Formats: sequence, C-alpha cells, structure tokens
Amino acid sequence: MTMLHTVNKSPFEKNSLESCLGHITDGSAVLLIEDGVYGALQGTVVSDAIKSAMGKVSFYALNSDVDARGINRERLIGDIELVDYSGFVKLAAEHDKVQSWL
Amino acid sequence: MSETKKLLYVNRKAPYGTIYALESLEVVLIGAAFEQDVSVAFLDDGVFQIAKNQNTDESGMKNFSPTYRALGDYDVNKIYVEKESLDARGLTIDDLLDLTYEDEDDNWAEKDSIRVISATEMADLMDQQDVIFSF
Repeated sequence: MTMLHTVNKSPFEKNSLESCLGHITDGSAVLLIEDGVYGALQGTVVSDAIKSAMGKVSFYALNSDVDARGINRERLIGDIELVDYSGFVKLAAEHDKVQSWL
Repeated sequence: MSETKKLLYVNRKAPYGTIYALESLEVVLIGAAFEQDVSVAFLDDGVFQIAKNQNTDESGMKNFSPTYRALGDYDVNKIYVEKESLDARGLTIDDLLDLTYEDEDDNWAEKDSIRVISATEMADLMDQQDVIFSF
C-alpha cells in the first residue's frame, strides 16, 4: 500500500512536517501544499530532515503555492519535484490513500 | 487625547495560510491616520509576509504584498525584522521587499524603512512600547 501524505502547515510554526516524516513508509510520497511549501526551502533549520528522508520517499511541492509565497524555485531543495493542480490529482490517484498532516 | 503613544504591530504569521497578515496590514494602514509613533515588527514566520516576488496568479489568492510599499507614504517607516527568524528560514534582507520612505527632515531623501535587528533588540523594542498589537 502506498500513501500520499500532504502537509499544509509551516514547519517553523507547527510540527506537522516533523510528525509526517516520523510516520512515512518506504515508497510513499510527501506533497507540500499551502504554508507547507516553506519546508521545501534550502538552508533552513528543517531542510536536513527532508534531505535525510529523500532516500525512502519522494517529495513534491505545489507550484502555485511556491510562487504565491515568493519562493524562488532555485532556492528549493533539489530533488523536490514541482507539480501543478492536475499533478496533485494524479498523485492522489496513483496512491492507495491520502493522509493530510494538518 | 492628543498624547502620542508608541504603538508596535507584531507580525508572526506567514502571509497566505491564515488571514492574520492581511488583517494586520489593514489595521496598520487604518491606524496610520491617528498620527501615533508607529513601529511594525516581523518575526518568526511573519518575515515571509514581506518576501519579494510573491506571485499569486496561479493560486487565485490576492497578492497583497505590493501594499507594504505604501507604508512609507503613511509615515510608517520603522519596520523591524528579526535576524534570527531570517536565519532559521535561510533568508537574508536581499530576499525582502525594498521598503522605503521619503524623509521630510532630510530634503525628502529616499531611505530604507527596514532595519534588521537581533531577538534581544526586538525584546527591547517591545519593552519600549505603550501598546502592542499582536497578529
């Protein structure tokens, strides 16, 4: 069973991302949306946590939420794939379940 | 009441996930009409409110970040940003909007409104105020 995890809270304000990363299994996917996209920034106090989970799960971020927040795409952690709204739907359809970390 | 008070608006939330940032900006602009001694602080996720290059075209939300540039015209020109908050988020002052004002005491020279200060200095700033509005 594969799971798509979505995280929509800033990792600097809530522990949603941290808790998500503590509960993911190999082959799952993590999609950062809304304020969750701040977790995709390079050089922050949480970027190491994402990098160390890269080996077992794939990371995605919603491009419209990245752009809205003024995050330069070149400042994202490499290997985080940007998706648009239809990419979000595709991810949801490709996985057996979706779990939202609020 | 003609006494001038020192007012500080404290912004700690990211811009789009909640309504706090937009509400704060509106209160600051409305409050500017009362000619008080106003300072605006950005710390924690609040520093993201004044990030450059915000583009909400694809998300359908309102990009209110250009409005921060109007603060200088309302004599709101003391904008404090906490360095520790920038550092934790991998940001520098170069990632922030260019917020300026024209100094009427200096032949209307254009000057920077943003001052990056430490958490200790932020604590002192808060201590000096008569009233603090928290967002």
